[in-house]
Amino acid sequence: MGFLFEDDNFALFRDGFLQTIELSALSALLALLLGTLLAAFRVSPVPVLRGFGTAWVTLFRNTPLTLLFFAVTFGLPRLGVHFSHLAFAVLALGGYTASFVCEVIRSGVNTVPLGQAEAARSLGMTFGQTLTLVILPQAARTVLAPLSSVFIALPRNSAIAGAFSVSELYSAQQTFSEKGYSIFSIFFWIACAYLLISATVATLFRFLESRLAVVR
Amino acid sequence: MNLLNRPATASVLYDAPGPKARARYRLFGVLSVLGIAGLLWFVFAALDDKGQFNPDLWDAFQYNYVQQQILDGLLATLKAFGLAAVFSLTLGALLAAGRLSDHKPVRWACTAFVQFFRAMPLLILIVALYYAFFAKDPMWALVLGLTLYNGSVQAEIIRSGVNAVPRGQGEAAYALGMRKTQVMASILVPQAVRSMLPSMIGQLVVTLKDTSLGLIITYQELLFVGKKIASQPLNAAGFPYIPVVLVIGPIYIALCLLLTALAQWIEARGRSGANRRTSSAA
Repeated sequence: MGFLFEDDNFALFRDGFLQTIELSALSALLALLLGTLLAAFRVSPVPVLRGFGTAWVTLFRNTPLTLLFFAVTFGLPRLGVHFSHLAFAVLALGGYTASFVCEVIRSGVNTVPLGQAEAARSLGMTFGQTLTLVILPQAARTVLAPLSSVFIALPRNSAIAGAFSVSELYSAQQTFSEKGYSIFSIFFWIACAYLLISATVATLFRFLESRLAVVR
Repeated sequence: MNLLNRPATASVLYDAPGPKARARYRLFGVLSVLGIAGLLWFVFAALDDKGQFNPDLWDAFQYNYVQQQILDGLLATLKAFGLAAVFSLTLGALLAAGRLSDHKPVRWACTAFVQFFRAMPLLILIVALYYAFFAKDPMWALVLGLTLYNGSVQAEIIRSGVNAVPRGQGEAAYALGMRKTQVMASILVPQAVRSMLPSMIGQLVVTLKDTSLGLIITYQELLFVGKKIASQPLNAAGFPYIPVVLVIGPIYIALCLLLTALAQWIEARGRSGANRRTSSAA
């Protein structure tokens, strides 16, 4: 277990840890933005946009994340797109997670009782007022719990980026095992790091939930 | 118009559209068709521009041995999936039983097991298993990793299903003098499985997708075969990465959609069955 504090191992581990967090945070941001946009498409009154949203979500939810990483890291350079490995990873991970975020938000909006919106409209509220004052605040509460499981899964999925040339925790694991340290002690430290990350995300969401909770 | 019989066009966000709104939606529709067509054209032009539709690049798929490789890869994927599905459902049932146990140590041990393996990245788990035990046989590292992770998730699904069975069901069975095992096996679990089957199959779709992690531990599954084909160009046209993605991707999507369709079919069947039962009882 002590190998982590020998040589430069701790620096490598720390850099991997920070890179995992950076990758997860950027992908989460992209997923949230793209997912909200797709959800807006999927609940819009324009059939073509609904169809587009459905097609996009079906496509991305049923493609393995590894295949997406493969397509982005090896496919995009063939089209003359040259980003850093991190940017490619953010694209793959964010695009994949966005389809899950979209589904969560869409079902959250659909759980708001129809009567709430009708009451708001009959009070003369505009579309914008109905959306921001009545529907979204109620949808946000139902959305938080499933959204937290999506965002707890995201740092776990980010490990795949390590196999596609992003130097995060998985590649730290690779480097350590090439150096010949026992796989069990490496696994112990990497496991600790991931447990820490998912516990932090879970606590964050619990805090948000308790702040938003109301007696209905 | 009564409360239960609303027009299908009214949603929580929009009223049923009037003539003006319908015209506006039509305009948006036309604009978005143009936008989407433009996007598709842009993608097509980018692919065409870089010569990705050059027939030489797609040449590899005409060879029998390449087709055979893809088929073998598909079979290897399905084999790993089948084993992982059976093992993870078994493990899930065992862990769920453990988490619902009356004995505190068993409950704690199972809870710790489930929480740990649910929080671990699957890739880290599979690679650790690969280096530690299965360096010669990557398939078992993949199957065992998938089993541990998905088994834990299945356990949570089954447990929440058992907890969602109305309490009266279990109490009635106890009152009839059934033992705990009998109550569990003949009353609670059948009802729980029935209501949880869609989520369980949903998790099986995840299992199927995650078999593609075999690429990283050199298990010869579909994606690994694809990478091998793509990294060995047959002629001067270059590396066929994009053709390979365009061939392998639809195979995965079709497999997942088939499983999802199965889940929906079972759900619809279960719902109509439940309705039949209540109407005959009433």
